[in-house]
Amino acid sequence: MALLEVKNLNKTFGKTAVLKNVSFSLPNGRCLAVIGSSGSGKTTLLRCLNFLETPDEGTVYVNGKLLYDAARQKAYSENKVRAMRTHFGLVFQNFNLFRQYTALQNVTLAPLLAAKGDKASKEELEAIREKGRALLKRVGLENKMGNYPHQLSGGQQQRVAIARALALEPAILCFDEPTSALDPELTGEVLKVIRSLRDQETTMIIVTHEIRFARDIADYVIFMDEGVIVEEGPPEQVIDAPSNPRTVRFLERYAET
Amino acid sequence: MVENVIKALQGGFLVSLELFGLTLLGALPLGLVISFGSMSRIKPLAWLTRGFVWIVRGSPLMLQLLVIFYGPGLLFGWNVWGGSDSGRMIAALTAFILNYACYFSEIYRGGIEGIPQGQREAGQVLGMTRPQIFFRVTLLQLVKRILPPISNEVITLVKDTSLARVILVYELMWEGQRFIKSAGIIWPLFFTGVFYLVFTGLLTILFRRLEKRLDYFTV
Repeated sequence: MALLEVKNLNKTFGKTAVLKNVSFSLPNGRCLAVIGSSGSGKTTLLRCLNFLETPDEGTVYVNGKLLYDAARQKAYSENKVRAMRTHFGLVFQNFNLFRQYTALQNVTLAPLLAAKGDKASKEELEAIREKGRALLKRVGLENKMGNYPHQLSGGQQQRVAIARALALEPAILCFDEPTSALDPELTGEVLKVIRSLRDQETTMIIVTHEIRFARDIADYVIFMDEGVIVEEGPPEQVIDAPSNPRTVRFLERYAET
Repeated sequence: MVENVIKALQGGFLVSLELFGLTLLGALPLGLVISFGSMSRIKPLAWLTRGFVWIVRGSPLMLQLLVIFYGPGLLFGWNVWGGSDSGRMIAALTAFILNYACYFSEIYRGGIEGIPQGQREAGQVLGMTRPQIFFRVTLLQLVKRILPPISNEVITLVKDTSLARVILVYELMWEGQRFIKSAGIIWPLFFTGVFYLVFTGLLTILFRRLEKRLDYFTV
């Protein structure tokens, strides 16, 4: 059974249809890469999954259970939406670290707030901090825990952002062009972290421009154009031997740059 | 004579200080309410608020003082402010609070709109509630952004308190000036200048310290 199942997602901004009948499924522990040019709707897809945008139509199933049904969107309270979000983590293109907090505070803020809401004991709170330190160590930043975002490079900030997303143990971790805002020499360290997550069978959806990386890491690739899934399949098929002319054209353009 | 002058100036200074302190106490929170109004999704409310802010910021504070103090009585025969010193003080406070709240509201609005949407969205995807996002993420960044323009307005307010004399609030300048007529001396007036300078100097130091305390992060 698929961990995530998305059926017939539609999203319109004004009169522009950004997502048209997008459906896909993702088994547990697998990595899905979404490629396509800017404006193809791939970022909107991630934002819909994290409920930063409200899909106009469609359903989302997690673990076989109906999580979201657009037909009932008016019935979802703010608390309900927050609960739905906990299934997903999102790493932003621009990191969006909280400016006034250290790396460690960025990682622990949300879990600590949630635990305090549940009247957690001192030991439980300390365990959250300990886990935060472990996560930062895991992304190679054990020496930067007390640094503020402006004291970190882009690659380091993005690694903190990954640790922050992991701290809540989401079932599905989403990346929105995680290396697009980085200088070329800094993308490697971020891709390395994502690769290590892949090795530990974290379920992931990666929206990316790094075609080579997508081919390396993904179990399944979706190519989107103008809000539609044009082609999908294993990377050997979609990236190495595309059949749709739009995919071919996109990959040719990518190869030129 | 010196003793009389000092006594008078001290009294005047206390009145100015009262006007200054109470204006801030009222205008800082009221400004936030007005800024929410001007950013409201209810369009008529936003237009109405912006129109009000335009009128208040676009006309002299002295005119507003006169209209608020004399308007009700002369236009409608209402004696809202009474004839006492405290009545005039309340009229002055009303004008000052409305005026400064409008200036503050624009500073707040700029500050709130300047915080990148991504900061709020990061809180959202981490499952934080709206109040948590406002108090734990947005607020401190907002304070840091608006501190310099707020300090400007606060220093302007110190000097603007002298306008209250047009409705016979016996503040510092009024007390200094009356010795020109009664005793033919001008030095008390210079002395009022020293009061203003010391007061604004202290405020400058205070604000610089506050800004320094928020220096550890960038927005």
